[in-house]
Amino acid sequence: MTAEATTEKARIGAPSIAGFTEEGEHLVAAKVDRHHSHGTQVMASRAERLTSHDVADFALPNGREEEWRFTPVRELANLLADSPSEEGALGVSIEAPAAVIQRTLRSGEAPRGATLVPADRAAVVASANTADAQLISIPANAELDAPVRLVLTGNGAGRRSNSHLVIEAGANSRGVVIIEHDGTADHNGNVEVLVRDGAHLTVVSVQMWEGEAKHLAQHDAEVGKDAVYKHIAVTLGGRIVRLNSNVRFAGEGAEAELLGLYYADAGQHLEHRSFVDHNVGNCKSNVLYKGALQGKGAHTVWVGDVLIQKQAEGTDSYEKNQNLVLTDGCRADSVPNLEIETGLIEGAGHASATGRFDDEHLFYLMARGIPEDVARRLVVRGFLNEIIQQIKVPALEERLTEAVERELAASEN
Amino acid sequence: MSTLEIKDLHVSIETEQGTKEILKGVSLIIRTGETHAIMGPNGSGKSTLASTIAGHPRYTVTSGTITLDGEDVLAMSVDERARAGVFLAMQYPVEVPGVTMTNFLRTAKTAIDGEAPKLRTWTKDVKDAMEKLRIDADFAQRNVNEGFSGGEKKRVEILQLELFKPKFAVLDETDSGLDVDALKIVSEGVNRAHSEGNMGTLLITHYTRILRYIKPDFVHVFVDGQVVEEGGPELADRLEEEGYDRYAKGAGAATVAAPAAAQA
Repeated sequence: MTAEATTEKARIGAPSIAGFTEEGEHLVAAKVDRHHSHGTQVMASRAERLTSHDVADFALPNGREEEWRFTPVRELANLLADSPSEEGALGVSIEAPAAVIQRTLRSGEAPRGATLVPADRAAVVASANTADAQLISIPANAELDAPVRLVLTGNGAGRRSNSHLVIEAGANSRGVVIIEHDGTADHNGNVEVLVRDGAHLTVVSVQMWEGEAKHLAQHDAEVGKDAVYKHIAVTLGGRIVRLNSNVRFAGEGAEAELLGLYYADAGQHLEHRSFVDHNVGNCKSNVLYKGALQGKGAHTVWVGDVLIQKQAEGTDSYEKNQNLVLTDGCRADSVPNLEIETGLIEGAGHASATGRFDDEHLFYLMARGIPEDVARRLVVRGFLNEIIQQIKVPALEERLTEAVERELAASEN
Repeated sequence: MSTLEIKDLHVSIETEQGTKEILKGVSLIIRTGETHAIMGPNGSGKSTLASTIAGHPRYTVTSGTITLDGEDVLAMSVDERARAGVFLAMQYPVEVPGVTMTNFLRTAKTAIDGEAPKLRTWTKDVKDAMEKLRIDADFAQRNVNEGFSGGEKKRVEILQLELFKPKFAVLDETDSGLDVDALKIVSEGVNRAHSEGNMGTLLITHYTRILRYIKPDFVHVFVDGQVVEEGGPELADRLEEEGYDRYAKGAGAATVAAPAAAQA
């Protein structure tokens, strides 16, 4: 594969992060399984993955499929069934500046369904069981003075809900859309994002579910010429969360940034998958997911696919995942995949590192008078803040910082 | 005046082959204002002494005491020791992910002093201290020790020494891996902290060259977990010429002499 050679050349010299050296990876290999696709297995191209609007095309997964192999599918029967939403399972509230157009879209009603074509069983049953998709449309040239805020509240553990949200950022518009999830439910949520030419759109999906919530999601975006799209997934709560954030391009000069932050506690399975399809030349992408893990059975998964198609000359892409393991008994799976079909690119790199906050870090900070709890907070806060500060919505940044603090406090009890 | 007293200290570590005793009865008294050099060959237990004073969890004290003005240091946690005024400049400072130097220095200073430093003077103090140690200003925004060279890490250790103003500093092979210029810069920093803060210094080194820049009042020679000889600065000169060979050869005799030397 030419992919590997290009990768090495382009990015292997990227600065390493403290505690996240190659050595750091090996250090935790005994306790934390790592998966890396380098030459260990022959995988089908990501481009060949099935996508379809037809439920019949997707069998129920058994957990052995490539796209489900890390996921506890046996616990997802309710979510993977071709079932309608339960009445009242999910409450939705929307706050939006006056300029924003809100209406619903039937199945097949444009622009619904053109950008998001379900790529797995969860996504296909979600859309099939959502008669009316919510449209949030920012008119062309509009510059929103406040974010659009959707709050999706689950009204009971095990209660099935499906949703399909379509976000359209008109040409040259500017806007931020925040989707917050709280309460508890079995929620299948698709988000379809159209970023028209020259638009700048940030979509933040916050998973602050309680207790037993299960949430499967496919977020697909198409980014137009010279447009800038930022997708930020923040996952702190929920028993099982699996969020797939995918992007492709509709014109040259576009930029996409897929960011993520997750913090898994005992018994939580938090999975994030990203796929950047460089189907058009001269576009840029950057993927960065950072996660912290603490407590027995805390499990995180990140699978990052980047495909640079033959015609996508001049592509500049990079993807990275970093995990910070705070206690024994956690498992962080991290799989960066990079496929490159042309050598005529600006850059393509991928990196993954899982490090422990270990006794030596703790000793160093404590030897400077810093108490243990403060030392731990200092490290985790700093590590995760890199993502939080990308949101650029102060009120939300503050709430997320507080939420991370609560996670940290929980680790000390 | 403060006194750091180490009395008949025995320290062991757990290895795959079982428990191994590293320090076999070490006694030292260091007063503020004094500089003690501990010299010895590799593997003699010098760094174990340093790490034990700071409270590194790898080392188990099996008997003996360490007291600071009569207070039991061994009963204190690692952070309590630092707040009591003991500072260890580490031989291999670790990189700490996610924490900027600025944030780290302020957090540590706040912990040690029990109150946050006044922002304006603190910022200036940090800037001045960094300049004196020829540390690039942009280090302040980098994560603690992240990507720093060996020499830069040592300078950053001394930066902390100057900013935190401990009563006692233990310098664990601070000179190793430094070129002559860096050695001078680091030594000047130690000398500033010593004279301005009336600090007591325990300087652990394999080589005599740092003693050209930092003048010890006392020299203790460590061999096989014990102090085998003690004297004034002239002892360092002798080691410069003769090396540690004579202790290795006459190990038996030196060991016998040790308790007497320790009591001196």
